Amino acid sequence: MEEVISKNASSYKRLLRSYMESQDEQALYGVEKVSKAFIKNNILPEEIVNLHIQAMADICKDLTDEYKHSMNFLLEAMIFYGLAMQEIPLLREEKHVLQSEISVAASMQQTLLGTSKPEIEGLDIGVISVPAHQMNGDYHHFVKGKDGSLGIAIADVIGKGIPAALCMSMIKYAMDSYPEESMSPKSILKNLNRVVERNVDQSMFITMCYAHYQPEESKLSFSSAGHEPGFYYNAETDTFKEFDTKGLVLGVSPDADYKEYELTINKNDMVILLTDGVTECRDGDRFIENEEVLDIIKKYSELPAQEMVENVYKHFERLQDFQLRDDFTLLVLRKNM
Amino acid sequence: MEPQSCVNIHKEWDIVGARQLGREMAKKLGFGTVDQARIATAVSELARNIYLYAEKGQICFEIIDNIEHRGLCMTAVDSGPGISDISQAMQDGYTTSGGLGAGLPGVKRLMDEFDINSEIGEGTRIKAIKWVR
Repeated sequence: MEEVISKNASSYKRLLRSYMESQDEQALYGVEKVSKAFIKNNILPEEIVNLHIQAMADICKDLTDEYKHSMNFLLEAMIFYGLAMQEIPLLREEKHVLQSEISVAASMQQTLLGTSKPEIEGLDIGVISVPAHQMNGDYHHFVKGKDGSLGIAIADVIGKGIPAALCMSMIKYAMDSYPEESMSPKSILKNLNRVVERNVDQSMFITMCYAHYQPEESKLSFSSAGHEPGFYYNAETDTFKEFDTKGLVLGVSPDADYKEYELTINKNDMVILLTDGVTECRDGDRFIENEEVLDIIKKYSELPAQEMVENVYKHFERLQDFQLRDDFTLLVLRKNM
Repeated sequence: MEPQSCVNIHKEWDIVGARQLGREMAKKLGFGTVDQARIATAVSELARNIYLYAEKGQICFEIIDNIEHRGLCMTAVDSGPGISDISQAMQDGYTTSGGLGAGLPGVKRLMDEFDINSEIGEGTRIKAIKWVR
């Protein structure tokens, strides 16, 4: 530290002298470089004030006592800034440790909660799920039944980050333990509600929509636990309809019951499931309207489902200046035969 | 100059007295302006801890002058409640945010050597040394 100071002390003095004579910009550019070297070497502000005091004493032989006292006063005022500065590298290091721990957790989450998009004949599926931060509090899961049916879960923990992510693992393992295809959406939600109610802190809620599609009947049955309503697109009339679903969020009451809805899907019809990260996108300070989401979906509806959701995401990512405020999950099913 | 001098801390005003004595001794020992200011700041923090948390205590200054080195040793002693979690009180990074640090990590930074002993219900004893460079 002292080495760096003494190395730069003479150039500081030279630049200061030159500036005092001619006020030239070159000297100011020079001191900018010296100051960068100081910062790089963690030279504290009080050292720099002291350097200035000494340089001035050399340059001007007739400094007043008032000036000298004032500079000592300034030096004294810098001591706490110096202390604060010394904490910065430490805080940065702490942040780095936390970040790498979280990124390990995030990749572990991806492994734990990973689901692969199944191939179902006659059904084009697109899904995108992007966390606002490293850990995702949204969750979606596909279950392909032996009878060719498809189960789809989409959920959102109220709250973000690590607690939400931990909570999701529990949901996934609870669902894994259910015998496949034997359960209807409403009984799945009823069961999960009990799991959440028993195991999760009261301040945490989970919303979920569970849908079950049977290809041979082209029938979609679904139930919702307070989840952001999805949309149904009727290709024949070219209209969207919001799902009119009612149901209590998971984890509030131990004996909640869920209603099951049914829908017949025709060729080119679409079912759109999402989380509030999509519908609560913000354009500046303004929340977007549902219509805007549907307009964008419609804009890309000629594309295959996967490209469609990706384009919709890109649109809203740009709208929000590439900084998501909430986890974003969008899932589209389209019947294509 | 006496080899050892003490200042009683009871009122906020006593902090100024402690700073002054610390600075004078540092000046006489030949510390530079920057180190004088650092020593005074460390005295401030120690004295203020006594004033805020223990109500009553004492800061003593001692000159160390032997063949190996010269320096100023300050000892802050109080009979206050004591610090239950020294690790937490010494946790760095929060001096300026006004958190639990109570200025102790700052004192450690400003000085060259630092040692703390504390017993619940009995009090705290902090010793810090700055060497003349």
